Amino acid sequence: MDLENQKRVKDLTEKYGAENVVVILGAAEAEAAGLAAETVTAGDPTFAGPLAGVQLGLRVYHAVEPEFKNEVDPEVYDEQIGMMEMVLDVDEIISEVSEIREEYCKFND
Amino acid sequence: MSFAVVKGAGYILVHAPDMVIHNGTTQTSERIINPDSEYLKELPKHLRNFDEVVSYAPNQTYIGNISPDDLSKYEMPWYDKKVEGADRFGKFGEIMPQDEFIGLMKISDTFDLVKLEKEFTNIVKEKLEKHPLMNDNLISKLKEGEEISEIEKLINQQHAEPIYNEGKLVGCVKRAHDIDINLNAHTLFENLVVKASGALALLNLLAKNNFKAEDIDYVIECSEEACGDMNQRGGGNFAKAIAEVVGCINATGSDTRGFCAGPTHALIEAAALVQAGVYENVVIVGGGATAKLGMNGKDHVKKGMPILEDVLGGFAVLVSKNDGVNPVLRTDLVGRHTVGTGSSPQAVITSLITTPLDKGNLKITDIDKYSVEMQNPDVTKPAGAGDVPTSNYKMIAALGVKRKELDRKDLMNFVKEHGMPGWAPTQGHIPSGVPYIGFAREEMLDGKINRAMIVGKGSLFLGRMTNLFDGVSIVIERNSGKVDSNKGVSEEEVKKLVAEAMREFASHLLKD
Repeated sequence: MDLENQKRVKDLTEKYGAENVVVILGAAEAEAAGLAAETVTAGDPTFAGPLAGVQLGLRVYHAVEPEFKNEVDPEVYDEQIGMMEMVLDVDEIISEVSEIREEYCKFND
Repeated sequence: MSFAVVKGAGYILVHAPDMVIHNGTTQTSERIINPDSEYLKELPKHLRNFDEVVSYAPNQTYIGNISPDDLSKYEMPWYDKKVEGADRFGKFGEIMPQDEFIGLMKISDTFDLVKLEKEFTNIVKEKLEKHPLMNDNLISKLKEGEEISEIEKLINQQHAEPIYNEGKLVGCVKRAHDIDINLNAHTLFENLVVKASGALALLNLLAKNNFKAEDIDYVIECSEEACGDMNQRGGGNFAKAIAEVVGCINATGSDTRGFCAGPTHALIEAAALVQAGVYENVVIVGGGATAKLGMNGKDHVKKGMPILEDVLGGFAVLVSKNDGVNPVLRTDLVGRHTVGTGSSPQAVITSLITTPLDKGNLKITDIDKYSVEMQNPDVTKPAGAGDVPTSNYKMIAALGVKRKELDRKDLMNFVKEHGMPGWAPTQGHIPSGVPYIGFAREEMLDGKINRAMIVGKGSLFLGRMTNLFDGVSIVIERNSGKVDSNKGVSEEEVKKLVAEAMREFASHLLKD
């Protein structure tokens, strides 16, 4: 995750509290989505950014995960994400991000 | 008015292994944050030599020696394969070794900012004398060279930026001001690299297409650097500076910027200037970026691969008035990502791909080849960024499925038939749409394809002035042979107008 985004996530979490922040990812690759999910839960795995060694444990979902999809108006979802859903390896992304979430997210919901 | 044509294209690469170490931002940042890092120690062992760079299949594709089709026959990864009998000179351009290029930086320098060591100067002079595009006038600008002690003094006492070759100090770029960061040695180094590599691309464009420098009217430079001073940071103008090096005595020019989308913006501007009759021959040109050398080096080293981002890229395209032969630039089929378009991939692809096609009553499958961000997947895949061109083709196909122009099961066939493997170095603006123009022109002249779409996209948000992304696109089409200049409305336009009127009439009938 780019250093500026790490800083923004950190600042927003400090301002509103971890329980009030949800991170929605849009990365096109499972590996990149997994790294971003890890960064906002267990800390920056590359130890390069402001979240290095910072375990925020935030709720984090990829935009193609059912937990997010079911919360959105289906028409809007189709208009904004329907095309990408066809393109991305949805299963791989879900498996990667949900695994990280189960391991490092502080909230059990 | 008659459409402008693509009269030629030139593509160059510069092998720059020492610049990877000393000027790539991944490495310079690491040196500041973590100077004793394992990565910096490992890095030199992963650099390729010139022969390896020349025989690398994507590089041979970039300079036109093998076609994108040929490239797709090589099994990935590509870095452990070789193109047999590979030549540094190609149909569209060349791959220049670092020492010659350092010489070219000196040749391109008009303010005596580049200082090269005497012996190195002699070696380079000898090499450049054998180079087919270097004339005596250019070579004389190398001058005699300096004592190494003088160069060391400039580096140690006056913040000059060192120039290395094969790990050895061979020269420096001096600063041009004591306190102005826009004229410090680092900025001037980057800018001289853009200028010299842009000039090399333009020289190749002219030579490979038998075109005279003095016939160029206007030059648009479209890289991602800025030249200026503290009172006008991006004042410009690389375009005219490059035109001067190459001897385009009848040209002026200007710089166009749009991050990676810059070249496609420039192409549309050039087409419009020619079509409107303002100029007859316009060149768009882009030089290479030292900052991006070794950008994904950490991933490449971690995976035991060579550093593949070891080349600077450059390109130049000549846009001229309609000759009835060369492919035309369809300025009526231009796509734009506007301020109001939105940022979802769907909105982006619609604005860039299908909106212009709708203007011409074309389907997604009516375009034979799409040239998107042609980044080499050999570089991006190991860095976790995936195969960029393939993802783009999948998105275009998926939009085709949503528009019911394509069956879902044909999605991957579309990618294969209308797409290409990526072959361009990850130099930002260099892979963006333009790498295919040379091949597109040839394939249209040979009657192999009818239409191609050039798509450029840019990450404007990196400059922190807007959160927006950007993109533009244009269709290139085989020349019909008819040149209908200034004869009012063209046949296509009449067809379009009739179709529009019919559609409107039909919609009224439906409403009634």
